[in-house]
Amino acid sequence: MRTVLTADDVRRALTRIAHEIIERNQGVGGLAVVGLQRGGVWVAQSLATLLSAIDPPHQVPLGTLDVSFHRDDVGIRPIVPASVTDIVGSLDGRTIVLVDDVLFTGRTVRAALEALNEYGRPSAVQLAVLVDRGHRELPIRPDFVGKNLPTNRDELVEATADGVTIR
Amino acid sequence: MKHLLAIDDLTADDIHRLLELTDHMVEISGRPIPKVPALRGKNVVSLFFEDSTRTRTSFDTAAKRLSADTMNFTVSSSSVSKGESLRDTIETIAAMGVDAFVVRHRSSGAPQMITRWTNASIINAGDGWHQHPTQALLDCYTIRMGLNRRDGFDGLHVAIVGDIRHSRVARSNVQAFAALGARVTLVAPPTLLPPSLEGWPVEVSHDLDSLLPDLDVLYLLRVQRERMDDALLPSLHEYSLLYGLTDARAARLPPHALVMHPGPMNRGVEMVADPGELPGSVILNQVTNGVAVRMAVLFWLLGSGGDLSEAP
Repeated sequence: MRTVLTADDVRRALTRIAHEIIERNQGVGGLAVVGLQRGGVWVAQSLATLLSAIDPPHQVPLGTLDVSFHRDDVGIRPIVPASVTDIVGSLDGRTIVLVDDVLFTGRTVRAALEALNEYGRPSAVQLAVLVDRGHRELPIRPDFVGKNLPTNRDELVEATADGVTIR
Repeated sequence: MKHLLAIDDLTADDIHRLLELTDHMVEISGRPIPKVPALRGKNVVSLFFEDSTRTRTSFDTAAKRLSADTMNFTVSSSSVSKGESLRDTIETIAAMGVDAFVVRHRSSGAPQMITRWTNASIINAGDGWHQHPTQALLDCYTIRMGLNRRDGFDGLHVAIVGDIRHSRVARSNVQAFAALGARVTLVAPPTLLPPSLEGWPVEVSHDLDSLLPDLDVLYLLRVQRERMDDALLPSLHEYSLLYGLTDARAARLPPHALVMHPGPMNRGVEMVADPGELPGSVILNQVTNGVAVRMAVLFWLLGSGGDLSEAP
């Protein structure tokens, strides 16, 4: 097991992403942060807290999205439905920052983009990830990245607030 | 898991996992567009050899919310009325490409038989006096939400009142409630109890009134009018006097207690009070939850790769 980012690195990376999000969107008005179940939820929570702190008095709405029922591998492998989706209110006209911990093949993000449609029509969707480990299988590109991490396909990347490790 | 035939095929863990999966289905059902692509391309056929509107509609809605294709097959409009055997019927429809059959049949064990004639998943939607597992699951879900008991039913006291003897709902529900830890009391006149209750994890009472203040759930069964002809009941009026839910009886339930009924209700017989006015009535929640529970069952059998893993 190899540590790639320490807890401090993670905190700094998220702070930087938060500033980049604000710079790109000229503030946090109209933004909502949506974390992908399960790994993206804590990242989304951290980002929402940081965004609200950097640009008061806005409170950035936070949601979570479970994409189990939108995946393209339904029936191929056992599915663990993660925690239930929690999105309050319509997404019409909002800018959604979709958040995950690790971006890999891009298939989860594809499923998430489709799932989001069922809650309304956002004016834009941006993608923020703590780690981009490559090996994309779909034309999906993140807007905000904490760390680009070259990996082998069979390696396991784990990301928590305590750090990012690779096995 | 390939088929859902009876509650006792499930462990308590299985039931818990199905109920957790149902949470997701409830969330999906509440979306502006309540439909997900999870079962795209799967073909679900309802095969009803006995009348039922609500169960069939409920399964139909569930399959559609998961984007499965649905086909309905009713006895009156089929070649069964021309003398085709059950086996020929199944094999013929299965040859069209079917992933799951939802079966209701007047004979106990018919769904089990059908599993031998097709590779499709079989879901028992009620067979004779035997089982009605999705009803039991939706009732468990309704209690779980109504009394906020996500971890199980330890310490809950449930009374099932009515025609236990002829009720597949009672058989399934007793097993499911007991598996989750509830204490179950059957309440009925002796003629409407099964000849033997050996192996049933229940207590029996003939006196509803003395139980009421102790109940967390009062579960009423439909009294079938045709039982009158079998001389099992002297009169519906007498049944109603002893076991019907009147306003006076409802007032003696604890304030948190739930009142449930699988439908269709006989007003004035087992349900004398107006269920719309009963604070504890969750009868319409049962119907709503029925769709979500059936979505969970369909997804479990057809979409999860046959296995629901435990959340890590």
